[in-house]
Amino acid sequence: MSNPATASPTKALKDWPLWEVFVRSKQGLEHKHCGSLHASDPEHALQMARDIYTRRQEGVSIWVVPSKAIVANSPDDKAELFDPSGDKIYRHPTFYDIPDDVGHM
Amino acid sequence: MAAPLPFLLHLADDALVLGQRNAEWCGHGPAIEEDIAMANVSLDLIGQAGLLYQLAAQRLGDGATEDQLAYFRDADAYLNHTLVELPHSGPQVGHAQTDRDYATTIARNFLHGAFNLLRWDALCASSDADLAAIAAKSVKEARYHLRHARGWLIRLGDGTAHSHDRMQAALDHLMPYTQEFWLTTPEENQGVSDGVLPQAPAQWQAAWDELVDDAVSQAGLRRPSSQGHVSQGKCGQHSEHLSYLLAEMQSLARAHPGAQW
Amino acid sequence: MYTQSLSIPDAPAPKIAPVAPVEPAELQAAFDARVAADGRIEPQDWMPQAYRKTLVRQISQHAHSEIVGMLPEGNWISRAPSLKRKAILIAKVQDEGGHGQYLYSAAETLGTSREEMLNALHTGKAKYSSIFNYPTLTWADVGVIGWLVDGAAIMNQIPLCRCSYGPYARAMIRVCKEESFHQRQGYEALLVMMRGTPGQRRMVQDAVNRWWWKCLAMFGPPDSNSAHSEQSMHWGIKRISNDDLRQQFVDATVPQAEVLGVSLPDPLLRWNEARGHYDFGPIDWDEFWQTVNGNGPCNVQRLATRVKAHTDGQWVRDAASAHAAKQQQRAQPEAA
Repeated sequence: MSNPATASPTKALKDWPLWEVFVRSKQGLEHKHCGSLHASDPEHALQMARDIYTRRQEGVSIWVVPSKAIVANSPDDKAELFDPSGDKIYRHPTFYDIPDDVGHM
Repeated sequence: MAAPLPFLLHLADDALVLGQRNAEWCGHGPAIEEDIAMANVSLDLIGQAGLLYQLAAQRLGDGATEDQLAYFRDADAYLNHTLVELPHSGPQVGHAQTDRDYATTIARNFLHGAFNLLRWDALCASSDADLAAIAAKSVKEARYHLRHARGWLIRLGDGTAHSHDRMQAALDHLMPYTQEFWLTTPEENQGVSDGVLPQAPAQWQAAWDELVDDAVSQAGLRRPSSQGHVSQGKCGQHSEHLSYLLAEMQSLARAHPGAQW
Repeated sequence: MYTQSLSIPDAPAPKIAPVAPVEPAELQAAFDARVAADGRIEPQDWMPQAYRKTLVRQISQHAHSEIVGMLPEGNWISRAPSLKRKAILIAKVQDEGGHGQYLYSAAETLGTSREEMLNALHTGKAKYSSIFNYPTLTWADVGVIGWLVDGAAIMNQIPLCRCSYGPYARAMIRVCKEESFHQRQGYEALLVMMRGTPGQRRMVQDAVNRWWWKCLAMFGPPDSNSAHSEQSMHWGIKRISNDDLRQQFVDATVPQAEVLGVSLPDPLLRWNEARGHYDFGPIDWDEFWQTVNGNGPCNVQRLATRVKAHTDGQWVRDAASAHAAKQQQRAQPEAA
């Protein structure tokens, strides 16, 4: 019944996109960045965040943001010596928009 | 008014057996994030089972414990719905070896989850105060479980052609087992008279149909017929699968009778 | 703990040693100064390629260890002998999954992807802590893993909370917070068994006999044999030597064993007043290397199980991605 991936490794394993998770616990006032997770859509990401980062505590507020949507400044001091790609939070190709097919459609 | 003991055991057995099945995915899920989610569901269910067995044991008295009820009753004393004891696969006999199918897991969690939510919601108004308290806690968990299962029902139903087919097959296989939800046992009738059970389960069928129709349609699936053999797990007559599940679950405890853990 | 695999060289070293890349002097100096001052390096900061590479390897192997570690303990979930123990074990295994998840996320900040890391694990290029290549033969093994394996892991993890790479340090803080109950629960389960029936006591002693030496070896070979340790210490990734950690572990654990009432299978184990530490016997490093290099009792099965889960789950992941894509398309009909 299983359908083993037969495509080459570079294509077959499509990651769910990465999301950054921000949580405001009951006592706190601001949302704090707590980490990231892979999920396929926003609803999925929220559920995941609840399971992974809050262990289902009541009353927490969770924000999930696609990692590639976050724009960051370049690190300070000696900015001219730093790689100008420092406008994204991670130096990873998948965080840039690369057209990809949707597989089986 | 105290709930009939068999009714408490029915609730507890449903929770434990489903918790046991869902925990089978631990370490084997389709993504680590799903392992974590499924473990959460399982933990909630086992927690509910614990509270219910404790209540039952307390009322039985005579030194009865939650673990005695869970580990030292045989399959014919278990009162869970047959739906929750099935392995995570298409129809197979008791001793067949099968791979786990996530679509079956999700279909079962959805169909039972919708029923469970309606049931716990109703039990919040139980005249049995202890049971109502357990219901108040469990209904929140049930809401979350349904949301998880429903989300996946839709993702798989409305995903790829392959996932759609698998999800449909799982629904087709499991739907007949839901007929059992609407049977009313003598204990449940008693419970309704006492106000322990605000309504007989059959009263929730319309609401359940709505939940199911809505999700199935969103998922692009076809609502299958419920026709077929009406399972009798809640009356103690199970499929071939329960005795295997219990044999595994109870083996260590039974190997050391009387031991504390 | 699971990071001691860092001191183990990768599969056959290349015949020609790679030339270390020349790093820009000012950046290197700024980096070195920050690390020396116990500061933090964050994802957007410049870092030497070797630092980045070492961290990707260490963090991802730590993550793999957590995930593979779910299997030996997961082996007893279905048969846990009480509802309380079943719930505790599921929670523990779930935590391990969660820790793996935090660590994969931390590693991704360095420029690798979940897919790459899993591929490395599944093709045998990446390692995981070799302690998980041994079978859990009885329920007592679960308690012993909690007591000894998690105990050892905690010793290593607490210093990592101060490691120089921010996301790793923060992941470790989160991990340590959640792990505090793991060791206690394992020990407590053993305590109850040791105060129980003769059968339970035998089970515990047998488990201790099988796991003790493996746990000592977990800390990795003596640092004199380890090429990477010095550099890692300099980078603030590794803070305490393998031998020192191992000694700390023995010193802490022997009294715990006495309270439990189990004997440790080492005739040379004795308190050395002059040193102020316990002396202990020689570790079988041959067996350790055999297992690390693939010939342990469960290596093949552990990896095959992870590969199967991943492969069998492909259709589920694909379906979720396909659904998400459909949702996006529906949300923006004009963009078609």
